[in-house]
Amino acid sequence: MMNSIGAAAIHARGLTVRRGDRTVLRGLGFSVPPGQITGLLGPSGCGKSTLMRAVVGTQAQVTGTLDVLGRPAGDGALRARIGYVTQAPSVFDDLTVRQNLDHFAAVLDPGRSRRAARRETVTRAIDDVDLTSHADSLAGRLSGGQRGRVSLAVALLGTPELLVLDEPTVGLDPVLRRDLWNLFHRIAAERAATILVSSHVMDEAERCHRLLLMREGEILADDTPDALRARTDSETVEAAFLHLVDQANALQESAR
Amino acid sequence: MSTTTPATARTGTGTTGSTGGTAAALSAARTLATAARVLRQLRHDPRSIALMILVPCVMLVLLRYVFDGSPRTFDAIGASLLGIFPLITMFLVTSIATLRERTSGTLERLLAMPLGKADLITGYALAFGLLAIVQSALATGLAVWALGLDVVGSAWLLLLVALLDALLGTALGLFVSAFAASEFQAVQFMPAVIFPQLLLCGLFTPRPNMQPVLEAISNVLPMSYAVDGMNEVLRNPDITGAFVRDVLIVAGCAVVVLALGAATLRRRTA
Repeated sequence: MMNSIGAAAIHARGLTVRRGDRTVLRGLGFSVPPGQITGLLGPSGCGKSTLMRAVVGTQAQVTGTLDVLGRPAGDGALRARIGYVTQAPSVFDDLTVRQNLDHFAAVLDPGRSRRAARRETVTRAIDDVDLTSHADSLAGRLSGGQRGRVSLAVALLGTPELLVLDEPTVGLDPVLRRDLWNLFHRIAAERAATILVSSHVMDEAERCHRLLLMREGEILADDTPDALRARTDSETVEAAFLHLVDQANALQESAR
Repeated sequence: MSTTTPATARTGTGTTGSTGGTAAALSAARTLATAARVLRQLRHDPRSIALMILVPCVMLVLLRYVFDGSPRTFDAIGASLLGIFPLITMFLVTSIATLRERTSGTLERLLAMPLGKADLITGYALAFGLLAIVQSALATGLAVWALGLDVVGSAWLLLLVALLDALLGTALGLFVSAFAASEFQAVQFMPAVIFPQLLLCGLFTPRPNMQPVLEAISNVLPMSYAVDGMNEVLRNPDITGAFVRDVLIVAGCAVVVLALGAATLRRRTA
């Protein structure tokens, strides 16, 4: 790849994950450059979420090498340095938006002396996801998209060096999606954070610095959107992706 | 670092080693934050709090007048129930609350953060323990002062046993929630875990009168010692050796089951 291995935010070699008797990821090797937005694309069920869980260190049965921010994935020292948003919003429905964030902030940055600093990061995170007017509403009473944004705000607490976002824009309207992507770019640029974001929506892929295209537990392509389009002679990333999937399917057919 | 050892094997050292120093020093703050959060969640659900606190009191009043003609029976059963109520309530509340934490994804999220498993478990035990204090104090006070429950020993000792029972209930609930895939199953664990203990604890008949096999089983069930402890206070003016033994057994069981509960929390799941 174009990055030296030592500098990569995420580096995988021979990464294999089994869930039950099914091999979900098959010997993946890739690097994610630091300070950039890397999009993880692929049909549902191809292993995107499993790969993200492995990076965050919540996935069992991981073999091979997976280094994150210079340490083996799941290392205890990484827990404060990674922000992770699961696909389904994981927030306390019986707490308000602010109470949710207060609690996660207290876990990340505990102690009475840090109270003022925590209040500031919580207010900023609520503002980042545009929920200031709902700060005192119960999370369980919010719409699906709003709950997803509360979940995202939790990951923005404590200025993580790596953000792992599993389909953060699903079910959001175009205006909000644009705002969130602007936020991701701002975070990558201002805080020099690395962002690994999965998506179904191909027009979002155009907004990533780099793309990892996955299919059935393998990586089809690891490149910039421009290079992908050029390589496949396509107008859009969507067309490039379909081209690569068709190619892989044809290869599989002929191998049979 | 770039060896091909399984990543799962390497995390063993990562989880304990690297955060050990700071996590140990800060865990008090994280434990308190967890307890405060659990109480805050409960505060948004006043109906549950009211049910938890009032139902035992209503049952005691009911019991008092069921045994209107035989106050001796009310003394024996009432004292036992003062130990059993907190155990059952806390078992139910904790098993459902932790199951919700597991299924909503917040547990996975918290464990992906620098939160110790002991912080989480102790935080839960603290929050529900506080609730148990309120519940037990009300029930004990009502029984002793308003309903005329005749105890020879100190009412404070009744309260102590009730509290330990509540802690045991919290511990059992936490442990059992790991084996329930849904709230439906969690509720079904109540009859499975609690009812046998209820039948064998000596509430219905003194344990020595049971069939020897059942008596032997009742000897290893913690609720038996909760009820024995209550009866010691009921009959003796001073703290007896048997009472100390009963209290230690209940407390010991609670701690062991809490530790088992902590072991069921996994940072990595399939």
